[in-house]
Order: sequence, then structure tokens, then C-alpha cells
Amino acid sequence: MKACVIVFPGSNCDRDLQVALRNAMGSEPEMVWHGDSSFGEVDLITVPGGFSYGDYLRAGAMAAKSPVMREIISRAKKGVPVLGICNGFQVLTESGLLPGALMRNANLKYVCKDVHLKVEATDTPFTQGYGNGGVLRIPVAHHDGNYFADDGLLDELEDNNQIAFRYSDGDGDLTEDANPNGSRRNIAGILNQERNVLGMMPHPERLADPALGGTDGKAMFSGLVEALS
Amino acid sequence: MKAKIHVTLKQGVLDPQGKAVQHALGSLGFDGVEDVRQGKFIELELSETDPTKARASLEEMCKQLLANTVIENYSIEIA
Repeated sequence: MKACVIVFPGSNCDRDLQVALRNAMGSEPEMVWHGDSSFGEVDLITVPGGFSYGDYLRAGAMAAKSPVMREIISRAKKGVPVLGICNGFQVLTESGLLPGALMRNANLKYVCKDVHLKVEATDTPFTQGYGNGGVLRIPVAHHDGNYFADDGLLDELEDNNQIAFRYSDGDGDLTEDANPNGSRRNIAGILNQERNVLGMMPHPERLADPALGGTDGKAMFSGLVEALS
Repeated sequence: MKAKIHVTLKQGVLDPQGKAVQHALGSLGFDGVEDVRQGKFIELELSETDPTKARASLEEMCKQLLANTVIENYSIEIA
């Protein structure tokens, strides 16, 4: 399996993602600079967290228009899996690869803590490592993670089973208290209709090694390797 | 020519920053502020001299980058 990590000016989780992918794949992912309009054939494209272009205009807005994104959009349309984490999720919504938008957290605060996630869809290469679902503990670290879509779109996402993760309590109950940012219907991660693009605010790459205090993120990467090798 | 663009959140989209500003105005003693919606103001200097062409180009700029039309409205003013 070959994977790449897209690096924008202001990305800061690119190396974490590189390590998580390296450990899962047993080989080195390609690091791709945002100004490059082409890169090698890969089985997985990842868009990391951070503050690309300093969040100018809107989080992810500038990165979504960078040369490398045109290539990513074209490959995503051909079915290549694309994973966007945190700022990567914002970039994917701004580029139109995923529906909806990520707004300022409802409490206006930067939220940096571990949250619980209920796995809502396991029939994708990104989530198949989670078997029958369950509840994960994964960190979030963001200021603009408040997922917004209108009621019609939310119903559509639910009908198509496009919601991959929701914020829950430790028992998997979708409570208001468990929602760290005001996201509508506790949404933490969504898929496109074709199910080859996933965007999520929490950081699985930050909890994919026992040395980091937990391994709940690891199954995402091992599942991807299994699905795409 | 100069163009002015206002980007505002659509009705129905919560504006927590606007709410915080409204609250702060209230605590400063400004009573009767019933709602605050915060937005962006963008000023552009264009080399185009034909207002119709400029407006068409500005529409595209708003749709493609300056506004996120999932959550925002925009208005264009050409001076």
C-alpha cells in the first residue's frame, strides 16, 4: 500500500500522520507539498490537521484552492480514498468534496481534550478496523469544529449512512454534554456519498501508539492497510 | 474601480460570536440590542472599468473563495 500526506504552510499534524501511517504500513508515506500539482500513484491520500494558511478568510478556505487540491479532487472523483483530519476535514468541506461546513465552536473556545466517539459506519476502508463499531477515546484540538448542515442535508446524511462518527459519552449515548463544539446531531466525522472520502475533527493519529497514552486510533490505520493492500 | 463585499451568515445559521458581542454590549449598559450578526467586509481594487464585467467577476470570486455559500450570503457594491 502507498499513501501520501499533504503538507500545507501551517500544517502541524503532518508528521504525526506520517508516523501513524509508517507504523501501520511498514513503509514510508510520501510527503507532498501543497504547491505541487502532481504526485505519485497512491492508494490513500491524507490531509492533516493544523492551521493551513493561518486559517485566513475561513479555516481551510485557502488550502482548498491550492494547486495540489485540484489533483486531490480529481483522484477522489476516480475513487481514491481521501482522509481529512481536523484542518483536513475543513479543507475537504471547503473544496466541496464533503458537504456542510465547519464553524466556530459554539462556546467560542479552543477545545483540546479527549472525547468519546461512537463509530456509526464500519463498512468503509477507514472504519473497517473497528469491526462492529463501539466507542473510542480520541483527542480533539480545534477552534472551528462545529459541523453545520441544514436539516435537509442532515436527514440525507443519515439516510445514506454517511455519518461515520458522532460525539458520545463513554457508554455511546449521544448526549449534549458529550458534544465538545456544538456540532449538529453530534457529528464528528462524515463520508461522501461514494464513501471514499472521510473527514473527521478528532485526531486518531494522536492516539495510535501506547507511548501516546492510548491506541484507539490505531485500528483506523491498520484497517486502511488491510483494505487497501 | 473599487468594490466592496459584505459576507454575512445566513439566517438560521447560529452566530455564537454575534451572541457574545450582543452580551458584551448589554453588560456595557447598551440596552435594547436585540440581535448582533457578525460578518466580513472585503474591499477590492479592480483594474476592470466595465461595471457589468466587474460584477460578473466579483460574483465568481464570492462563490469560489470569498464566501462559503453553505453558511454565508454575500453582497457586492461597486463604487
